[in-house]
Amino acid sequence: MTGIDLLLSVAFAVGVIGFVSVFALVAIYLERKVSAHMQDRLGPMETGGWHGWSQTVADTLKLLLKEDIIPTAADKPLFKLAPFIVFTGSFAAWAVIPFAANLIGADINIGVFYLVAVSSLGVIGILMAGWASNNKWALYGAMRAAAQMVSYEIPIGLSLLVPILLAESLSMKELVEVQAGGFWHWTIFSHLPFALIAFVIYFWASLAETNRTPFDIPEAESELVAGYHVEYSGMRFAMFFLAEYANMFVVSAVVTALFLGGWYAPIPWLDIPVETSVVGSAAIGAFWFSSKAMLLVVVQMWLRWTLPRLRVDQLMHICWKVFMPFSFVNILLLSLWVALCQ
Amino acid sequence: MNQSEIHNRLSKLFPSAGLVLEEIQPEPVCRIPREQLVEVSALLRDDPSLHFDCLMCLSAVEKGPELHTVYHLYSIRHHHRFTLRCIVAKEDAVMPSVSTIWPTAEWHEREAYDMMGIQFSGHPDHRRILCADDWEGHPLRKDYKSPESFHDIPLTNIFPPDLPL
Amino acid sequence: MSDSLELNLSTGHAPDLVRSALADVEDIHGERMSLQMGPQHPATHGVLRLELETDGEMVVKATPHIGYLHRCFEKIAENMTWPQIIPYVDRLDYCASMNNALGFVLGCEKLFGIEVSERVQTIRVLVAEMNRVASHLVAVGTYGLDIGAWTPFLFLFQEREHLLDLFDELSGGRLLYNYIWIGGLAHDVPDGWLPKVRDFLKYMEPKIGELNTLLSFNKIFTERTGKVAVLPADLAIQYGVTGPNLRGSGVKWDIRKAEPYSGYETYDFEIPVGTGEFGIVGDCFDRYMVRVREMEQSLLIMKQAVERLEKLERDDVQAAIPKSFSKVPVGEIYFRTETPKGELGFYIVSDGKGKPNRLKCRAPSFTALSVLSRLAPGLLIADIVALVGSIDIVLGEVDR
Repeated sequence: MTGIDLLLSVAFAVGVIGFVSVFALVAIYLERKVSAHMQDRLGPMETGGWHGWSQTVADTLKLLLKEDIIPTAADKPLFKLAPFIVFTGSFAAWAVIPFAANLIGADINIGVFYLVAVSSLGVIGILMAGWASNNKWALYGAMRAAAQMVSYEIPIGLSLLVPILLAESLSMKELVEVQAGGFWHWTIFSHLPFALIAFVIYFWASLAETNRTPFDIPEAESELVAGYHVEYSGMRFAMFFLAEYANMFVVSAVVTALFLGGWYAPIPWLDIPVETSVVGSAAIGAFWFSSKAMLLVVVQMWLRWTLPRLRVDQLMHICWKVFMPFSFVNILLLSLWVALCQ
Repeated sequence: MNQSEIHNRLSKLFPSAGLVLEEIQPEPVCRIPREQLVEVSALLRDDPSLHFDCLMCLSAVEKGPELHTVYHLYSIRHHHRFTLRCIVAKEDAVMPSVSTIWPTAEWHEREAYDMMGIQFSGHPDHRRILCADDWEGHPLRKDYKSPESFHDIPLTNIFPPDLPL
Repeated sequence: MSDSLELNLSTGHAPDLVRSALADVEDIHGERMSLQMGPQHPATHGVLRLELETDGEMVVKATPHIGYLHRCFEKIAENMTWPQIIPYVDRLDYCASMNNALGFVLGCEKLFGIEVSERVQTIRVLVAEMNRVASHLVAVGTYGLDIGAWTPFLFLFQEREHLLDLFDELSGGRLLYNYIWIGGLAHDVPDGWLPKVRDFLKYMEPKIGELNTLLSFNKIFTERTGKVAVLPADLAIQYGVTGPNLRGSGVKWDIRKAEPYSGYETYDFEIPVGTGEFGIVGDCFDRYMVRVREMEQSLLIMKQAVERLEKLERDDVQAAIPKSFSKVPVGEIYFRTETPKGELGFYIVSDGKGKPNRLKCRAPSFTALSVLSRLAPGLLIADIVALVGSIDIVLGEVDR
C-alpha cells in the first residue's frame, strides 16, 4: 500500500465518521418528524423556531452534558467497552459501502462476506452490555438480541446469495456494476420473482437485525423497559443510539447496492460516467445511492410507527419456519434457472 | 327469591345454625355464627336454587366492642342477592376463611386483616396487602393512632382531631 | 427454552394445559430467576409490582404486590361529611371520575331515600357514558402501547381530549369533576353544551372504525393477544372479575341491565361479549374488543340522552339536595354500579350522624387483579404485559 492510498483510506474513514454523525442527526430529526406527522403531534415543531430544527442539536447537547452513570454492581471494564464495540461493528461495515463507482472505502473482493461478518460483531457488544449492566432486564434484552440477531443472519445470508449468484462476485463494486443501464436492469426487476423474494426477505430480516419495530424485541420498552441499554446514560447511551441509526443506513445501503442498482440513476442519461468527470460522477452517484438508501430508512421509520411488536416466539417462528424455507426454495429455483438457462 | 325466602330456605336446611334475619333499612342482613359460616357458605354456593356463585364484597366493620364481617352475595344465574353478617369480639378476632368457596375472598380477607385486624383461619396466604409487611396496627380501627414515623420517615397526622361538620 | 416456547405455541396458553405441561418440564429446567416487574415499569400502568418467577422467558409464578398508592380512603371518608367524600371518590379510578361519583351518590341517595328528577338522571347518564368512553379510550390506547403500537395511543388520546374539553366546560375540571352531588348536580349543563356533545358524537363514530383498521384487526396485534391468557367464565365469576373482563369471557352480564339505576332500563343498547374471534373466548383480544364495542354502545346511549335532554325542560338540578347532612337515616347498604372497569360497589354504614360510620369500597380493578396470579403461569414475559394491559387496572382504585 502506497502512502497516498493510506492517506486516502484515512481520509475516507474520517469522512465516514463525519457522515455517520451527520446522518444520525438528520435521521433522528427525520424520525421525529415522521412520527409526529403520523401521530398528529405538534411537539417537534417547537424547538428552535422553524419546524423545530434545533431539537436534535439540543438532544445531542443533553446527551453530551448528562452524567455518565455506571452502576456500582456493574462489570466496569465490560460496561465501558460495550457501546464502542457495538458502534465499531456498524461503523466498520461502512468501509465497503459503494457510494459511487469511485467512492468506496475498500473495494475488497469479498465485500459482502466482510459486511455480513462485521455487522454480526454488534451482537457481542450487545451481549456484553446486557451482561455487564448486572440488571436482569438488560440481560433479557441481551439474550433476546443474541438469539434474534444470530437467527436472522441465516435468512439474510441466504437472500444475499441471490444477487451474488447472479453477479458471480462478492465484491460490492461488481455487484452494483452488473446493474448498470436503467432501472429495468436492477437486480430486483431483472430477475423477477427470485430477486423480489430475496429483497423482501432481506429487508424484513434486516429490520430484525437492526432491532426495529416490529422486531424491536430486545429493546421492547413496554416489556423490558429498554433492554440491554437500560443502565446506560449520557454519551454511552448515545453510542448505542448512533449505532442503531448507522445500522439502519447500512442495511438500507446493502439493499440499495445489491437490489436497487446502487449508485446508478433510474434512467441511464441521468448518470455522469467516471470518464467525463471524476468529482461529478462521485457526487451524482452518492446522491442517487443516498437517496435510495434514505427512502428505505423512511420506510423503516414508517413501519416502526405503524406496527405493534411481535412476541419472541413468533419472531423465531417467522425466521425459522417462514423466511428460511422460502429462502432455500428461492435459492434452489434460482440455481436451477441459472444452470439451465445461462 | 328475595332475602326472607332465602333465609327461610337456609333455616330449613340448617335448623341448628341460629340464623337471624336483621331488618335493616333498606336491605335485611342475615346474622350467622362463625362456626357455621363455611358450611352455610358452601351450601349457598352449591344449592341449585340458591347458586350464589359471586361474592360481591367482603367488608370488615367495627361496631363498639365487636368486629363484623359482612358478605354480600349475588347469584348471576338467579339474579338474587343475600347478605351474611358474622360477629366476633375484638379480643377473639378470628374468622374462618371462605376463600376456598369464593376465591375472590382471598384478597378481600387479606384487606380485612390488614385494615381491621381480623385473623382468617385457613387462609392460604395470610399477609398484609395494602400496608407494608412490617406496619404496626390496623388503620381502620377507630382507636388507631397514626404513627409519628415509619422507618425514620416522619409522618404527620393528616386527620385533624376536630374536623368541623 | 425451546421446549417452553413450543409448549406455548401448541397449547395456546390455556392455563390448565400449560400447568400440567409445566410439571413435566420442571425437572429439565432447574434454575429459576425471580424478576421484579415494577413498581416502576411502563407496562404495569402505575405502581403495581409483580414478582415473577421465570424459567427463561416463561413465567412460572407471578405474585402481585399492591399498596404503593394506598392512602386509606376508607379512613379518610370516616372523617368527612357525606358531600365532602365525593372528591375523594373521584380519585379512586381517576380515568372515570364521573362513574365513581355516580356510584357513591346513588348509594347515598338510596340510603337516605332521596329521589332526583328525570333531568338530573339523564344528565348523569350522559356524563357517565362520556366518561366511560374516555376511560375506554385510555384503556384501549395504552393496551396498544403495551403491545408496541405507539400511534393508536396518541390518536386515541386526541379523541379523549375532545371529551376532556367538554368536561372542562361542564364542570371546570379535566380529570376530577366533583360534578355529581348527593341529591343532584353541581349545576345544570351550560348553554350551547349539548350541541357540542352532538358534534363530538358525529366526529367520534367513524374513529372507532379507524381504530379497528389500524390496531384491532392488525395481524400482529391479533397474534399477540388472541389465545393469550384465557380467562374462563367460571374462573372469572369465582374471582369476582366483573365488567368488560367478565364480558370478554363470554358472560352477558352488565349491572346497567341486571340492576338498572338512573333509568338505564329506558335506554336502548347492547351488551357486547367476547366471541373468541381470534382464538379462545376469554383471551386478551376478547377483553380488548369488548371495550372497543362498548364505546360504540356508549355513543348510542349518549345520543339518546342528548335527545332527551333537548326535549326536557330546565329545572332546578339542586332541588333534591338535603338542606343539612348532619342527621341522616340509620342503615346500611351495598350499592353497585357499572363503571368502565366493572362493578364498583360501596358498602355504606350510616349511624345517623353527619359522617359515615364505615365506607367500604369494592373496587373492580382490585378483584380483577387478584385473578392475575392464576392466569400467569405458563405465559411469556411479553404475555404478562398483554395480560396486565387487558384487564385494565387503575392503581388508584386497586390501592384506594
